[in-house]
Amino acid sequence: MEVTLRIRRYDPESNRPESYWQEFAVSLEGNATVLDALIKVREEVDGTLSLRCSCRSSICGSCAVRINGQAGLACKMQAADAVGPDGAIVVEPPGVMPVVKDLVVDFKPFWDKIREVEPYLQPQGEEPEGEYLASNESMLHLSGVTSCIMCGACVSDCTVLEVDPTFLGPAALAKAYRFTADPRDGDEEGVSKERLEKLSEVTGMWDCTRCSECVQVCPKGVAPMDRIMALRDQAMEAGLTDNNGSRHATAFTESVAHSGWLDELQLTVKSVGAGNVPALLGFAPVGLRALARGKMPPIIHKSIENVDGIRKLAEKLEDPEPE
Amino acid sequence: MLEHDVLVIGAGLAGMRAAIAAKAGGADTAIISKVHPVRSHSNAAQGGINAALIDRGDNWEDHAYDTVKGSDFLGDQDAIEVMCQSAGTSLIDMEHMGVTFNRDDAGRLGTRAFGGQRRARTFFVGDFTGQAMLHVMFEQLIKSGVRSYEEWFVTGLVQEDGQVCGVTALEIRTGQVYAIRAKTVIFCTGGLGRVFEPSTNALIVTGDGIALAYNAGARLMDMEMVQYHPTTLAGSGVLISEAARGEGAYLLDKNGDRFMEKYAPNMMELASRDVVSRAEQTEINAGNGVDGCMLLDCRHLGADLIQEKLSQIREIGIDLMGIDMVNQPIPIRPGMHYIMGGIKTDVDGLTNLPGVYAAGECACVSVHGGNRLGANSLLDTIVFGERSGNHAAQASREIEYVDFDVDAVVDRERERIQDMLDRPNNDDRVAAVRLGMGQSMNANLAVYRNQAGMQETLSDLAELQERYAKIPVDNKGRVFNTDLVFALELGFMLDCAQTIAVSALDRQDSRGAQSRTDFPNRDDENWMKHVVVTKGEGGPDISYLPVTVTQWIPEERKY
Repeated sequence: MEVTLRIRRYDPESNRPESYWQEFAVSLEGNATVLDALIKVREEVDGTLSLRCSCRSSICGSCAVRINGQAGLACKMQAADAVGPDGAIVVEPPGVMPVVKDLVVDFKPFWDKIREVEPYLQPQGEEPEGEYLASNESMLHLSGVTSCIMCGACVSDCTVLEVDPTFLGPAALAKAYRFTADPRDGDEEGVSKERLEKLSEVTGMWDCTRCSECVQVCPKGVAPMDRIMALRDQAMEAGLTDNNGSRHATAFTESVAHSGWLDELQLTVKSVGAGNVPALLGFAPVGLRALARGKMPPIIHKSIENVDGIRKLAEKLEDPEPE
Repeated sequence: MLEHDVLVIGAGLAGMRAAIAAKAGGADTAIISKVHPVRSHSNAAQGGINAALIDRGDNWEDHAYDTVKGSDFLGDQDAIEVMCQSAGTSLIDMEHMGVTFNRDDAGRLGTRAFGGQRRARTFFVGDFTGQAMLHVMFEQLIKSGVRSYEEWFVTGLVQEDGQVCGVTALEIRTGQVYAIRAKTVIFCTGGLGRVFEPSTNALIVTGDGIALAYNAGARLMDMEMVQYHPTTLAGSGVLISEAARGEGAYLLDKNGDRFMEKYAPNMMELASRDVVSRAEQTEINAGNGVDGCMLLDCRHLGADLIQEKLSQIREIGIDLMGIDMVNQPIPIRPGMHYIMGGIKTDVDGLTNLPGVYAAGECACVSVHGGNRLGANSLLDTIVFGERSGNHAAQASREIEYVDFDVDAVVDRERERIQDMLDRPNNDDRVAAVRLGMGQSMNANLAVYRNQAGMQETLSDLAELQERYAKIPVDNKGRVFNTDLVFALELGFMLDCAQTIAVSALDRQDSRGAQSRTDFPNRDDENWMKHVVVTKGEGGPDISYLPVTVTQWIPEERKY
């Protein structure tokens, strides 16, 4: 099989260090992966191509790159499946993190954020002599998260991190969930309240916009966004509701349950807190722009027709009856 | 000046365990690794970790006997006793650190069956136990505050009057060469799988530490004992876990028959790895395979069990072969997987070089002897990693730093590297030399061996060494020059390859992983001893060490 690789190159030591595209034609075996193709280039054509890779079996997390615009492990995708409509496989370094050389990026910001969530078990009670007793279900659930290989694909394609580098991001938050959901972490009940408090702060769990990119690109099925949503549930259940994110979620639910649709004006007020004048004033420019473009939500929020149905639905969700 | 009481080279499970122990023991500790710790090859251990827990009605002597028998009576029984006695505590330590081991119905740690063992004592996290443990160990490394040199490649040992007193290292990110002074050095650099082609091993597994220690005068032991794993995927050769057979998968020939009945009627697919690989190779040679492979059949296990306990290997089959093991058998064959031999140590990791320790796959205690049992390698890493770290921390209190001329050492190493970069292009390539070595090793030092083949490989290696001395490096830059790293690794690999071939050629019997067609029987009278190789003036020197027997007298091995 003949394929063309179009690779984003960058050499910080060249006279004019700018990234550029370079094409390589390689001949591959039928089952070859994109990584096999990259290695072939490096070993047989151009040894100056730098990339990280090691295990070839989706477990070491070294070879995350962008293939045809989307982050993933080069060793997990067969080259034949990656050939685009123009006959080429487009390979770029992962996004968000700064490029060091070619396909190699600087993972320091990634690891700094992992460290920020204090990523080690912190049980508060006394350690048992033998193992902690725990249900198999709880461990299987956690294993769905601990199977994260820290490849950085989710971080690469996170739409929040792209614009806000202070966001903890999907990998670190999923890592945090791995502890908050661990029955061994936190108090006797397995509640990790201090962790949840920290994670509820600005840059934490409430900054995710639920775009789902991380779920799509994760090569290990970790579904970071789902874990972030679960963190929010845990935080609210632990009574950590005095923050914009939590108030926003509550106001959202209340509005829909009450009127059948979203009261956007009230949502803003309730999210930041009615008494929070500086924050509300901060929204003034947005409001004025909305007004100018005819996008201002109605001042008087009316319920939709047949709102009773929605209300019943909301009641059921709140207090589901057993079948 | 960079200096540390204890410098651990390699940040897989053994390395991180050693560093955490050394730090806890009060030593100024650092760990240095050519990759970030979580990229280490401990990741690839899939099936589990063995331990005999008393409260499950198991006992360490049974585990030790299975290990001794698995080793084909070449393992040192005093060391095996230490490992098996420590297993329970080490396992529970890992659980307390946070490993998400699968549980039984009572919420206790659950077990699965594994090869060569008479009862189920393998504890596991799905089929990614190594990854789960490695990441937890990294969490503990963060917690410990150990200084970590990540993506630093150790290029040489610094010795003054025969005393190892530090290392030279290349910071891959910048291309800078540094010297790091150390009172004690612990090698935890893993195996040498890439010396063979194909191999289950990751591309980073290039025997760096084994070669560095050998060139510094360390004794290597049992180097002829190379494990071929029975189930490696056709083509790429990546690992398909023994956990599949532990959960009940069958090995089939082209007629759909379970051929293991002929070779191990009691244990069947769960005989020890050397036995199963030999059986497969015999069948393949007899033309009973399918395209040079045998078949691993998981279909009767059911989709639910496969999804809960074997999900990673299922994905590998789908990703790399387009085969879903829920519906179809997977083509597998024996493939190079593990080196039982390595840097000879005692049970505290000490080598024959003062201040130099080794633990994990690069070491040879020897707890695996002629053949390692599945799920004993994770155990080996954490037990002997911890013991080495403890001992080195203690020892470093009594040792003073040896002074050396840092600038001169760094200049010399920088010059050596620059000379490699400056070599003229001669149309030869690092990858071509490496492939030549790997294929020759896989042809002649695989499941079956004979004198002529091994001699051929030795002469191949001599030729490849000559080519290596002139090998050009494409990339002349400093920043993240992986091309240079590969060239340096190849030098280590060629040294390792030679020690394997000379040891295998010297051992004139068949034992454990070594099966010689010209010496087909185990010869306890003459060869129940360890083959030791050290670097002499004119090449490798062979000597021998006795096997320590405590309570298990060698007997015929049947499964």
